[in-house]
Amino acid sequence: MTATTNRQAPGPLVTPPAKPNLLYRPEFRQAVYQVLLVVCLIFAFWTIANNVADNLARQNIASGFGFWNRTSGFDISQSLIEYSNQSTYGRAFWAGLLNTLLVAALGIVFATIIGFLVGIGRLSTNWLISRICGAYVEILRNLPLLLQLFFWYFAVLKNLPGPRQSISLPGGLSLNVRGLYLPAPIAGPGFDYVLAALGLGIVLSIAVAIWARARQRATGERFPVLWTTLALVLLLPGAVYIALGQPLSFQYPVLRGFNFQGGVAVQPELIALVVGLSTYTASFIAEIVRAGIAGVPRGQREAANALGLSSGLTMRLVILPQALRIIIPPLTSQYLNLTKNSSLAVAIGYPDFVSVFTGTVLNQTGQAVEVILLTMLVFLTISLITSAFMNWFNKHIALVER
Amino acid sequence: MTSTTAEMRPPRSEVGVIGWVRKNLFSSPTNALLTVIGIWIIWSAVSGVAHWAFTQATWEGTDGKACTWSGAGACWPFVKAKFSQFMYGRYPEPQRWRVDLTYVLAIIGLVPLMIPRIPGKLFNTIYMLVFFPIAAFLLLSGGYFGLPYIPTELWGGLLVTLVVASVGIAGAFPLGIMLAIGRRSRMPIVRWVSVAFIELVRGVPLITVLFMASVMLPLFLPEGMTIDKLLRALIMVALFAAAYLAEVIRGGLQAIPRGQFEAADALGLTYAQKMGLIILPQALKLVIPGIVNTFIGLFKDTSLVLIIGIFDLLGIVQQNQNDATWFSPSTAMTGYVFAGLIFWIFCFSMSRYSLFIERRLAASDRR
Repeated sequence: MTATTNRQAPGPLVTPPAKPNLLYRPEFRQAVYQVLLVVCLIFAFWTIANNVADNLARQNIASGFGFWNRTSGFDISQSLIEYSNQSTYGRAFWAGLLNTLLVAALGIVFATIIGFLVGIGRLSTNWLISRICGAYVEILRNLPLLLQLFFWYFAVLKNLPGPRQSISLPGGLSLNVRGLYLPAPIAGPGFDYVLAALGLGIVLSIAVAIWARARQRATGERFPVLWTTLALVLLLPGAVYIALGQPLSFQYPVLRGFNFQGGVAVQPELIALVVGLSTYTASFIAEIVRAGIAGVPRGQREAANALGLSSGLTMRLVILPQALRIIIPPLTSQYLNLTKNSSLAVAIGYPDFVSVFTGTVLNQTGQAVEVILLTMLVFLTISLITSAFMNWFNKHIALVER
Repeated sequence: MTSTTAEMRPPRSEVGVIGWVRKNLFSSPTNALLTVIGIWIIWSAVSGVAHWAFTQATWEGTDGKACTWSGAGACWPFVKAKFSQFMYGRYPEPQRWRVDLTYVLAIIGLVPLMIPRIPGKLFNTIYMLVFFPIAAFLLLSGGYFGLPYIPTELWGGLLVTLVVASVGIAGAFPLGIMLAIGRRSRMPIVRWVSVAFIELVRGVPLITVLFMASVMLPLFLPEGMTIDKLLRALIMVALFAAAYLAEVIRGGLQAIPRGQFEAADALGLTYAQKMGLIILPQALKLVIPGIVNTFIGLFKDTSLVLIIGIFDLLGIVQQNQNDATWFSPSTAMTGYVFAGLIFWIFCFSMSRYSLFIERRLAASDRR
């Protein structure tokens, strides 16, 4: 801005232009527009704040966050932290938030796995497989997520047989109308050593990976990192486990009366939510993956073929690292979408953050302003953290031009 | 070179059906295995659907008992009995011609607008933006010209889905354009306000925005003033869609070369002329596929209004699920499949249309 206004006539031959009317000066106009905008916004906020204060006073609703430490008096059907109807509203907030994060984390993991499989399958040379993957994407992407959640919850899971006629799945799992029952692991004496061995294995395999990378940089020799990692992570704890006499037992859920006792019970609401969210989001991720792989120039694949790399190695060492750069940014927004979409839990009765806090707490306290503001703050924080992490990851894998 | 080799046909295993099958389905052992798995998946899906929807389905009946037998598939009499509710909600039966007439008016405007070859796009656009909304409002709501007034509480089903989606996108359009231009403005305060609005709305789920419509919007208004529930949802959906649309349009604005802005300035056009005549027509044309995709997303998201008690297509299907007369194990599945089919047809055809426009734009860029 200053550069243009300071530009003066270069010599005495050119007469300086007459100073334009103030009204036609861009800086003046811009200042006026902005002042007008600010005045309008302040007026709008002031009116709204006044109305809200009036309405709240008339309805005898307290304001402020005094409700945070009051007893909530309602139950939450599933909570990762200790929670009862004697707990405070603040604790209900955290219980709901953790449930949302649980759904989001499970959904992201499954959606990524399914999405990558379907996306790569869509580019398969096998005509049948690519058509099946295409059909998957076109069907799931074009149906409302809420409809899919209703379908899984009301039409599939609520139609399962009762506990007495449970469907037995391999591995001691059983599925019935009340949810999925998994065997609960019970750690015996000395199981801590197995966990310690697992931690040691992970640390060692990271060290090996760093060493192998440095060696490859220096000498060009490849080291079988994958196999060493597998051996360190699986065999080391396995050996300790067997040496200590298998200090882990499983408590299998057993039918007692009308319901299962023992084991870990997963609510049908959670199953429906995770299945619905992950299959739906996977259809978008599949398209992103397909576009990313298709975006790698043909020459890269041909060059890899010319070097004699097998098709698996071509994919792993040449295509995917380059495709990831195209894939990561839109993938981030899909992860955020999934997290935001997890709020649809309220429709099928899973106690997520929106259903517990923005639903029940708001209804009980009537403090709409505070509750909605906190809700927005929570979602904004989640999006900011996720995008910050993905930006860091994106920078980490970005193309380094030498 | 005195003699040439006689031209030989390629071996039969390389061409025709057998060649195609060998190349695309059985080129390697892994591929053959995948093909077998694929055939199994298709077989189980197709036979499952066919059994459920046709051979094991119930076709006649007056209540849920007809559909309650072991191994029963779809309960089609349920859809038949509730069909008019799914389409119109509780809109009074003698007045339903008004809804149909609105659909006809919409089709008259939309079809020529969507086919690029048909001329007269300007009149068409004016019809769709000015005449049609007024006509649709008068027809659907009534209260004028001797048409009885129908309160929005009675609207429902596919009608509400279409109303929310189309009013949402129409309301979002001008606001989205303003936000997109504001985000690229040189005026810092305008830019900050636009960025804050866009990022705030895009950061929160639609449900919280709808909750806001149902609990917070009434608090914002002075005493004694109330807004219709459907209208509140419409306002919020439009604001929500505007933020997403703004980002799509911003992409189009960024793709316009600087020279276009400078040329417009050099011609002495005012800011409004520059934007309205030079920049926006090019930018919007570039992002038609993105706009259609936003619309598809909005169309699917309209189903969320059922959470604040407005009965769109999915809402009314969900409500009729609980009808005791039609209680049967397969009622829920049948209702969702029916609603899903309608949603799918709309969304799929829109996504095909967006692909068609994308190809056309790509072809015109290649010149």
